[in-house]
Amino acid sequence: MSRVGWMRLAVIVAAVGLLEVCCRTALINPKVVIPPSDMASALFHLLASGQVNGQIVRTFGIVLLAIVISVVAGFALGVAIHAVPRIRQALDPFFATYYAVPIFIFYPVMIVIFGLSVMPIVLMGVATAIVAMIIATLNGLDRIPRVLTKVARVHRMGTVETALRLKLPAAAPHLFTGVKLVVSYAFIGVIASEFILAPSGLGRVIADAYSDFNNPRMYAMMLLLVIVATAVNMLLHVLDQRWAERRGIGKI
Amino acid sequence: MAAESPDQQIHASLAGVTRVYPGAAGTRPVHALGPVDLDLKRGEFFAVVGPSGCGKSTLLEVLAGLQQPTAGTVTFEGRPVAGEVPDGIGVVFQEDASFPWLTVWDNAAFGLRRSGVEEGEVRRRVDDALAFMGLKDFARAYPAQLSGGMRQRVCIARTLVLQPRLILLDEPFGALDAQTRLLMGDEVLRLWRRTGATVLLITHALDEAAMLSDRIGAMSARPGRFLDIVVTGWPRERDSKIVSEAAFGEITGRLWDNLRGESMKSLGYAGMAVE
Repeated sequence: MSRVGWMRLAVIVAAVGLLEVCCRTALINPKVVIPPSDMASALFHLLASGQVNGQIVRTFGIVLLAIVISVVAGFALGVAIHAVPRIRQALDPFFATYYAVPIFIFYPVMIVIFGLSVMPIVLMGVATAIVAMIIATLNGLDRIPRVLTKVARVHRMGTVETALRLKLPAAAPHLFTGVKLVVSYAFIGVIASEFILAPSGLGRVIADAYSDFNNPRMYAMMLLLVIVATAVNMLLHVLDQRWAERRGIGKI
Repeated sequence: MAAESPDQQIHASLAGVTRVYPGAAGTRPVHALGPVDLDLKRGEFFAVVGPSGCGKSTLLEVLAGLQQPTAGTVTFEGRPVAGEVPDGIGVVFQEDASFPWLTVWDNAAFGLRRSGVEEGEVRRRVDDALAFMGLKDFARAYPAQLSGGMRQRVCIARTLVLQPRLILLDEPFGALDAQTRLLMGDEVLRLWRRTGATVLLITHALDEAAMLSDRIGAMSARPGRFLDIVVTGWPRERDSKIVSEAAFGEITGRLWDNLRGESMKSLGYAGMAVE
């Protein structure tokens, strides 16, 4: 591991250790926040018992579905919008202000339309994430050097070959930034939707545990989500860094 | 062997070529080029110099088939150039056109691989081109790890492996410092001698044109027309050392005599007296 990696690990260990000490010494009320070791123990026992495995599979399955839909549809919409400058001009202000609107206010409407099923949660995940992918796609396409189009013509490449061999790789760093944002937003959209009204899923498990004052269960689920979300984002970050280094951009 | 007829000696030509860009909404069309007539002889090194915005790059793109002329005809090896870049023409642009996601080696191999050339032949030609361009030790590097001059050499290598018979260079050293430009000029001369290709160089640097070319076309301010064609008379075996020869100063002086007034026009000094 690199020196920076060790420092990162040290920061995490120090923060967790500090929280542990604060909880154990009652600097933080352990009835409000349980020590991290108890959170880990509760998570281990919960996973071993299999009580919430179905909820875990359901939630992460929905997150994955929302990610796939957002990335594919967001990219396709981005390409289509980029191709028609007038539509782009008309939509740009909406994209710029999209995340200023609390999208969750539409969740009750979705339940009215689709019922208490998986669909409203998937749609909330997609609604939260897709615009990030559209914006990233537009940014990526905007930044493709014009000279590449000329190079493609010198090589007598067709539209599809130009898009696949030159434009897509040229726009890839921006598209990957979009994917990273989609992953983060999809987690937020899905878990928050489950938390508000859904009948099941990890968000619901956390909400129920909170209502029942079942702190070990609540913190165990929160820890699981933090671990999974952080691990996925770290993985994407590492891939992004390797890519950047390869292109000579270096570590950011 | 029968001597080449004058037609066979002409490799590419522009006849009565003009290019007018349609105006955007509410603006007038822009007459960028012409009418221009030019015959490029097979194997010669021809440079085009002129003030900024005079249509030099437009001329190159029309000759390459990247743009359609508004009027006139363009031919390459006796066939009209229409709609697409003909086989046998290679273009190196001013902008960095290397592919940052590919290594230097893969950049150079790009055109050959997509043409379905056998892998052994690809390896031979790419290794040869990289060695020729002094990039052999950087074959596994990525363009972002190279200097601007080296990236431009990668683009030249990518063009070179396709063995073009007409090489069009659109201010390829415009972004480089003066010393590097001189050295790159030497490399282009070596390339020209080795390939035997016809070369058309677009440049704004009079010294570069004077050092590299057999003939130099001096263009007027927009719409660009040829004011003068200067024959340098250099031997085929030459390099940047010729900048110290007296004839070099005479050539650049003659070019500047042609271009001074035009450059002032293009900069908006039309009302000033030109001595």
